[in-house]
Amino acid sequence: MNTLEPLLAKHPFFAELDQPYLELITGCAANMRIKQGEFLFREGGEAKQFFIIREGVVTLEVHVPGAGSVTIQTVEEGDVVGWSWLFPPYRWHFTGRAVTGLRVIALDGKCLREKCEQDHDLGYEFLKRFSHIILDRLQATRLQLLDLYGTH
Amino acid sequence: MLPRLYRVQRARWDTDDTFSLELSPSNGHDIPAFAPGQFNMLYVYGVGEIPISISGDPDRCDLLVHTTRAVGTVSRAMSKLKAGDMLGVRGPFGTAWPVEAIHGKDVVIVAGGIGLAPLRPAMYHIMAQRENYGRVVLLYGARTAGDVLYGKQLQQWRAHFDLDVFVTVDRATDSWRGSVGLVTALIGRAPFDPLNTVALVCGPEMMMRFTTMGLEKRGVSTQNIYVSLERDMKCAIGLCGHCQFGAAFVCKDGPVFPYSQVKVLLTKWEI
Amino acid sequence: MAKMSKREVRTQYLIDRQDFQSLFDVLFNKGFRVVGPTVRNGVVVYDQLKSVTDLPIGYQDDQEKGSYRLQQLGHQRLFSYTLSPHSWKKFLYPPAVRLWQAQRKDGSFELIPEQQEPTPLALIGVRACELNAIAIQDRIFLGGDYLDPIYKAQREKLFIVAVNCGRAGNTCFCASMKTGPKATTGFDLALTEVVEAERHYFVVETGSSAGEDILRVLPHRTATNEEIEAASQVIAQTTASMGRSLDTHDIKNFLYANYDHPHWDAVAARCLACGNCTMVCPTCFCSTVEDVTDLTGDSAERWRKWDSCFTTDFSYIVGGSIRSSAKSRYRQWMTHKLATWKDQFDTSGCVGCGRCITWCPVGIDITEEIASMRAEQKSTADVEAAKENIP
Repeated sequence: MNTLEPLLAKHPFFAELDQPYLELITGCAANMRIKQGEFLFREGGEAKQFFIIREGVVTLEVHVPGAGSVTIQTVEEGDVVGWSWLFPPYRWHFTGRAVTGLRVIALDGKCLREKCEQDHDLGYEFLKRFSHIILDRLQATRLQLLDLYGTH
Repeated sequence: MLPRLYRVQRARWDTDDTFSLELSPSNGHDIPAFAPGQFNMLYVYGVGEIPISISGDPDRCDLLVHTTRAVGTVSRAMSKLKAGDMLGVRGPFGTAWPVEAIHGKDVVIVAGGIGLAPLRPAMYHIMAQRENYGRVVLLYGARTAGDVLYGKQLQQWRAHFDLDVFVTVDRATDSWRGSVGLVTALIGRAPFDPLNTVALVCGPEMMMRFTTMGLEKRGVSTQNIYVSLERDMKCAIGLCGHCQFGAAFVCKDGPVFPYSQVKVLLTKWEI
Repeated sequence: MAKMSKREVRTQYLIDRQDFQSLFDVLFNKGFRVVGPTVRNGVVVYDQLKSVTDLPIGYQDDQEKGSYRLQQLGHQRLFSYTLSPHSWKKFLYPPAVRLWQAQRKDGSFELIPEQQEPTPLALIGVRACELNAIAIQDRIFLGGDYLDPIYKAQREKLFIVAVNCGRAGNTCFCASMKTGPKATTGFDLALTEVVEAERHYFVVETGSSAGEDILRVLPHRTATNEEIEAASQVIAQTTASMGRSLDTHDIKNFLYANYDHPHWDAVAARCLACGNCTMVCPTCFCSTVEDVTDLTGDSAERWRKWDSCFTTDFSYIVGGSIRSSAKSRYRQWMTHKLATWKDQFDTSGCVGCGRCITWCPVGIDITEEIASMRAEQKSTADVEAAKENIP
């Protein structure tokens, strides 16, 4: 048994996932340490993975000509970041940078895609969980857009 | 009801559009006791009178502090007052944060923008009687780094070992190295026990609605969530009718309400 | 002074029409300013009266939704009109009143309060619905945690002469609101005007010791049983000819459950948000304050003025008005009047006087709107029930 499995099992994203599926997914997972200031991924790069943040803070940035790098959102401990791996062209839309040192679990996108194609039940469980995260993120983003504290 | 005259001891800008006034009674008496969450009606000579939450320490009897944004005729005129100028004060009015009733509980304070001002007296009170409460968490969201209110105060609080302070901004500027995102995003991670928590929430109404949703999602009951509503007020004593929200007069049945009492009407439009 | 002493059986007295002027004389002697109905600009208004001849003798109003016509019928009745667009609230809760003054002084300013020393006031011709309206405003201005000193000062120097209605106006619905047509409480004297072939008199009830004191010095005698019966007949006939009614059954919960009723849109399409209804309503109490200075800025004043929840900035806070649509403002007015008022003040806010119906320029009728809303509910319920029966 991979030592990562208990780590994954604890995470809310994998809650109530059947044991055999958890094993399958763990097969695509790797523990990683990332130094402060390093990039997890860069805008336009190939989206091969997604990350579960175990410790640390990641900024989601975009490069705006004239303004430089603009932070749109920060993601922190417990968050899941990255879903450009789900759909072609499998390219990152934003840049992810470690604001602090990070401990993450990186999950291999290609590996997971193949397993989901082979086992559609696994695929369904995965997409159920992912849509939930995407929904939360979308709602949070919408709220940010509202500029609630601004002068009207 | 006649306003009482207060002298401005100190006036300063907290952010680009937010300022604080420190007042003391012109007759040298103590300020009347107030409870955290209450407000006064402040009168600028010849201009008008507006409701502003008291943002100072309820244990201090010599200084009355108010923080507000300079966004209307009266508040803009008020923002031009200097030390030595006089102001009319009526109050205190309204219901308070239930800081006495929640002894023994974890306390989560969620503030958005200027919403930190009416919550600061509650923070002062809780920190002065720290042993009466469980875990205390402050979640604060501002528009940008430049809009963070009471920066020094926040740093002082953060330095406490028995207080968790999390600050986030909606939009990051160059120098900001902290969290970026709406304050609601901080709720999921905040260290408190939802079953033994009372939440005090203040900010723009939309922010309060989404915050309460986030708190409910984490298992905090609506009876244990308190919000502070804002409505137009002219008299502050339940007679002019302007501040009505359903059957409640926000000036005397509020501004602090248990969320369970206002939840249904808050989801309806134009009530 | 107008406080009620409860008596089970009241002796009824009689005052002849020819002696009516003495009521004015006695009140003037006692230092009262007398106000009541008088005709001006084709309308009955409430204003200062100098003698019985100032009353709208021979006048009768014909009110319908969005319509008011006053006619001189040539008869001798004093109180044949029903209701004025004015209500008595203009005397107890004036449309514009100064709250205090401020005077600039040595880099500061000082505040000068108003002295509340109103002249004693006698109201002539107060209808049962209006007595209820005064009682409702008593609860608002005197019965809460904060009371209004202006209202209190005048209310303590008030003498009320009520009149039982001799006819029901078309827009009246006091019977269904249980506020009339008979005056039962809240008056110092209550009169019922009786006109017979040969005689014209008033059957009088006293409602307080102040009323008794005044009656004592008026030419009067005890009424006979026939006269009392004649007066009862007048009131009974009014009750029977009531043209409108409002279904008050569980109305508070009904409105609480129907904030999203589609009928609000229908009303909104007609409502101009002109606020007439709030101006003429005898219980509406919303106000605003105005701070004014003179040209030099050396002195300032704060005034209280009538306001209406129909104005666009009534609910304005930074960011905009909470109730920006006319629909939300009409809904606010009606829901307040018939529902939230009960939770606030333990009574309905509506006394069934019908002024809002008469003075609405587009003829919105509160009794019809409630009936429509209830009917639409019922038909939805019927449709749902019918669906269930489809095999």
